[in-house]
Amino acid sequence: MKVGLFIPCYVDQFYPKVGIATLQLLEKFGCEVGYPANQTCCGQPMANSGYEHLTHDCNRLFVQNFADFDYIVGPSGSCVLHIKEHLHTEGEGEAKATHIRQRVYELTEFLTDVLKVENLSAHFPYRVGLHQSCHGQRGLHLSQMSELVAPAFSKPEKLLRMVDGIELVQLTRRDECCGFGGTFCVAEEAVSARMGVDRIDDHIKNGTQVLTGGDMSCLMHLEGIIRRRELPIKVMHIAEILTAN
Amino acid sequence: MNHSEAADKFNKDFDRTTWHDETLWWVRQKRDRAAFAIPEWEDLRNTASQIKHNVLSNLDTYLIEFEKNAKANGVTVHWAADAHEHNQIVLSILKEQGIQQIVKSKSMLTEECHLNPFLAENGVEVIDTDLGERIVQLADEPPSHIVMPCIHWKKEEIGVLFHKHLGTPEGCADPSTLTLAAREHLREKFLTRRVALTGVNFAVAETGEFVVCTNEGNADMGTHLADVHIACMGIEKIVPKRKHLGVFLRLLARSATGQPITTYSSHFAKPREGQQMHIVLVDNGRSRQLGREEFRNSLKCIRCGACMNTCPVYRRSGGHSYHNAVAGPIGSILAPNLDMTKNADLPFASTLCGSCSNVCPVKINIHEQLYSWRQVLTKSGHSPTAKTIGMKAMAAVLSSPSVYRFSGKIGRLTLSNTPFVVNNSLNPWYKQREMPEPPKESFGEWYKKNRK
Repeated sequence: MKVGLFIPCYVDQFYPKVGIATLQLLEKFGCEVGYPANQTCCGQPMANSGYEHLTHDCNRLFVQNFADFDYIVGPSGSCVLHIKEHLHTEGEGEAKATHIRQRVYELTEFLTDVLKVENLSAHFPYRVGLHQSCHGQRGLHLSQMSELVAPAFSKPEKLLRMVDGIELVQLTRRDECCGFGGTFCVAEEAVSARMGVDRIDDHIKNGTQVLTGGDMSCLMHLEGIIRRRELPIKVMHIAEILTAN
Repeated sequence: MNHSEAADKFNKDFDRTTWHDETLWWVRQKRDRAAFAIPEWEDLRNTASQIKHNVLSNLDTYLIEFEKNAKANGVTVHWAADAHEHNQIVLSILKEQGIQQIVKSKSMLTEECHLNPFLAENGVEVIDTDLGERIVQLADEPPSHIVMPCIHWKKEEIGVLFHKHLGTPEGCADPSTLTLAAREHLREKFLTRRVALTGVNFAVAETGEFVVCTNEGNADMGTHLADVHIACMGIEKIVPKRKHLGVFLRLLARSATGQPITTYSSHFAKPREGQQMHIVLVDNGRSRQLGREEFRNSLKCIRCGACMNTCPVYRRSGGHSYHNAVAGPIGSILAPNLDMTKNADLPFASTLCGSCSNVCPVKINIHEQLYSWRQVLTKSGHSPTAKTIGMKAMAAVLSSPSVYRFSGKIGRLTLSNTPFVVNNSLNPWYKQREMPEPPKESFGEWYKKNRK
């Protein structure tokens, strides 16, 4: 199975270790992984700001880079959701775009749903608090949403439970948004920061040592607040925990 | 003041923001408990959404059916194309009666039409009889929430307000005492006002009746004692048949406050002997919204306010920051239809987290419509020039792999070597957050060295 590794721009630039952990996970479960070197960004920063009409070139590039893979996997629910919902190109490329939209997966859902991972042989003896990023949860349905009268499930939690020594923290508000929201984080700085502060406070009150999640963008925002306030919480992407030994 | 500026001001008081957030979150939790007690909750939401779909697809037919049946019941039916016409109709009815004082129960439509200031300018005194609305009216403020108009007021502050206006003892913040004072104050108004105005929650095409839901019985007190009842409704309030009310009444109060049903769900069908009953059917942009396919479903809204209570932004910015009669997520998709220029900021006052769409009892895809409004507003020139320039530059960088790699490297080097270029007060990120620590190499650079 040929898997195209989709590393979002900000992960590529700021969190290469998350990309490395994602690659290691996919290779560990036997995927033939390719990383198209010419990838840049999914186009979401422009689209969510009201400029979807400026994303044509990003879309064209994305199709060029990923059309030949059986699956496209990325360690970010938000970027994956954007591709799934908005990747289109003109003319002949549209068939390829459709293939990509149908075959693009967020890392944890790819591990649970496609690779059907049951064992991880990872070891991480800490109290871990999982941040449910909204686009992964409410957009890709990686976990059940607290608003719906429906049975509970959580794909990232299922994977974390396979890690030896881990203790999962129960949060008071289990799926409230952290306030990142793309350009919202600067356009609505006051509310964004306050939402982040409140999310972190929930983790602190419930004993989180390591805050994790499937979206590095939310984690980058939360980590920024944690470091500014010098709080005793470490932030790691879920791929780093699933590969920890 | 746009939403972001108002929100910034709201957040200056950290503890009050905490209090506001927790108060609304408590209502969200009450909603959850009520919803989870109904195993068929999601089916109910689907059914309600589909009934409203049918209504919106056949709105013209249902409105005419409703008008015919209401007239047959002895009700006078008026049609208003916009807010101005609505206000004129109400005023003309009052003038005909020679009335200068009225009581009014909750109606977000009259807020939308700015009826109170219009009537005041024309010498008519309006007393809002919903307790929360009376409080904000005494404070000379608009409601901050469609169901709980004074949710942003603390009881101690209401005590001060009532001491000033209603003569309650100084320093008294006991809710029972304050409510009793309001009751006595309002009782005199109910007894002496000859015209009562109400909103409408549901209007039944099949029978020509309409339903008004309150918890305080103030709509009933007003209308039962008045010679003239004026009911104002948006044209989207129609349901086809009386049996459909069962679906909506089960959803409305549970979604709004977590109650099984509103204390009073009063059906008004015909005027009693000697009474006049008027219904004003108001469009005010609704047929325009109906014509916008991606935003049509916003007209399904039954004004429960659940999207506000769950919205993490609303809870931390307050209703007034939305500068529109209907605040929160639903207000943000309705307001641009009323005035794109004035409300261009509202669809951006969201992280697009999607919680609003999940609690919506009629399943409006609110967060998707927020996204769509952003595109519409930008394309129609309602975006700041600086933002457009920034976005075009960003798109140019991200469209070229080599420029992207080069810019990324420069960015990381800048952060490492001259962090003050980024870490300063001009960067809103840096105000309350550290920038990420720049790594020595990007993933792309690592991959090139280690895999190929």
